[in-house]
Amino acid sequence: MATAPDARPPVGDWATDYDIFDPAYCADPGPIWADLRDRCPVAHTERWGGSYLPTRYEDVAELARLVPALSNQLPIVVPPVPITDPVTGEVIRARPHIPPISSDPPFHGPARRLILPAFSPQAVATHEPYTRDLADRLVDGFAARGRCDGAVEFAQQIPPRVIAHLLGVDENRADRPGSGVSPDTMIEWVRGLLEFGATNPELRIATAQKIFAFWGAEVAERRAQPGDDFISELLRGDLDGEPVDDDHAVATCNLLLIAGIDTTWSSIGSALWHLATHPGDRERLVAEPELLPMAVEELLRVYSPVTMGRLATEDVTVDGVTIPAGSRVLMNFPAANRDPAQFPDPDTVVIDRAHNRHVAFGIGIHRCAGSNLARMEMQVALSVFLERLPEFHLDVTGPVTWCGGQVRGPRTLPLVFPTP
Amino acid sequence: MKVRVDPEKCQGHNRCYSLAPELFEVDDYGYASAAGDGVVPPELAEKARLAAANCPEYAVIIDEDG
Repeated sequence: MATAPDARPPVGDWATDYDIFDPAYCADPGPIWADLRDRCPVAHTERWGGSYLPTRYEDVAELARLVPALSNQLPIVVPPVPITDPVTGEVIRARPHIPPISSDPPFHGPARRLILPAFSPQAVATHEPYTRDLADRLVDGFAARGRCDGAVEFAQQIPPRVIAHLLGVDENRADRPGSGVSPDTMIEWVRGLLEFGATNPELRIATAQKIFAFWGAEVAERRAQPGDDFISELLRGDLDGEPVDDDHAVATCNLLLIAGIDTTWSSIGSALWHLATHPGDRERLVAEPELLPMAVEELLRVYSPVTMGRLATEDVTVDGVTIPAGSRVLMNFPAANRDPAQFPDPDTVVIDRAHNRHVAFGIGIHRCAGSNLARMEMQVALSVFLERLPEFHLDVTGPVTWCGGQVRGPRTLPLVFPTP
Repeated sequence: MKVRVDPEKCQGHNRCYSLAPELFEVDDYGYASAAGDGVVPPELAEKARLAAANCPEYAVIIDEDG
């Protein structure tokens, strides 16, 4: 049973008792990583089912390539809960099944090849006009007001609509305007699984049941009447010569939902937070928009949203620390990207940093399959925001809130700007 | 100067392609290779070095004397 975050005992020593849901860790994990990197460097905790947390770039890179000694069968950062059928009570999934991120070789390869063509640079470019129009429409909604919540009204609204557009499902399923969490939308589902659900297994189960019902109906509809959308293409595809069944199609839709929404939403929000609080960087990007692609990579480095999970299937030793078989390991890509051994002055955003082998999208065979889509969404979102509202600042009277754990980013971000 | 991509190391990050589209091409799965014969014109040498310095997999290889 999960404990409410505010009811947990405070962290003593981060090296032996870290808590990835601690509000201080969510708000600003950099100083905690710096301390651990110097003296630990692989931390351990018994909290949230127990796990290990590397903090150095070289260690994270080495661990990411230990396939299959570190298995992807548990890609989430908390222990799995079995998902049951709401009617029969039968277990549908004992652990997350979102191929290929939950898959090991040899199944990983065919499951990845099935989806990669939809996310190549060429394929992603076909979604750019939709994304630009969407970002413009969002700015239209608040530009005359002189203020907005950059997280809720802008960053949060882009990835679910792009994913709905890509999948060929009703855009109104993405989110609905208004405050709070709109029921029966992708935003509610993602937060119910990964954000609020990470520390609340009952919510995670109930949310998963809703999502299974939704994708099940969408897949059945395409099976009966195929179109030219992503789901219909999935059903026409194959896994090393074997046909794609409905279960695999539902699992793949789940992957796009889980991997493609709060991740990019968080990245866009963090980038806006940075530019709202660092006017020099904002003014430079307004003056030199050609720097935006490099700036996006640098913002991904400093504000990497995603930590992934792995399961040790054998004893693994890294940097002198032995991780016993059966342990969960948190792939701390965000901390790797702040390692001074790899990045000089690692906590500073250098808009045109030339040497930047960041691992925000992971490294090795599980490199984020949607990285080109995320990169396009970030570039378009920031480009539109900077063009339309070049002089935006943080509204210091309002609160900024951060969520963290599996995915870190701002959830409220009050911004003010001169009305156009 | 010549540039090439080690196909054993490339994981399809596309960092090289986004930084130097003149020098790289990607297949339908996103895996990169050098465009043409990999010869880098002098005016693109800096872009080639940038592509190599941004590959998280160390898959972009520069031969300065190629």
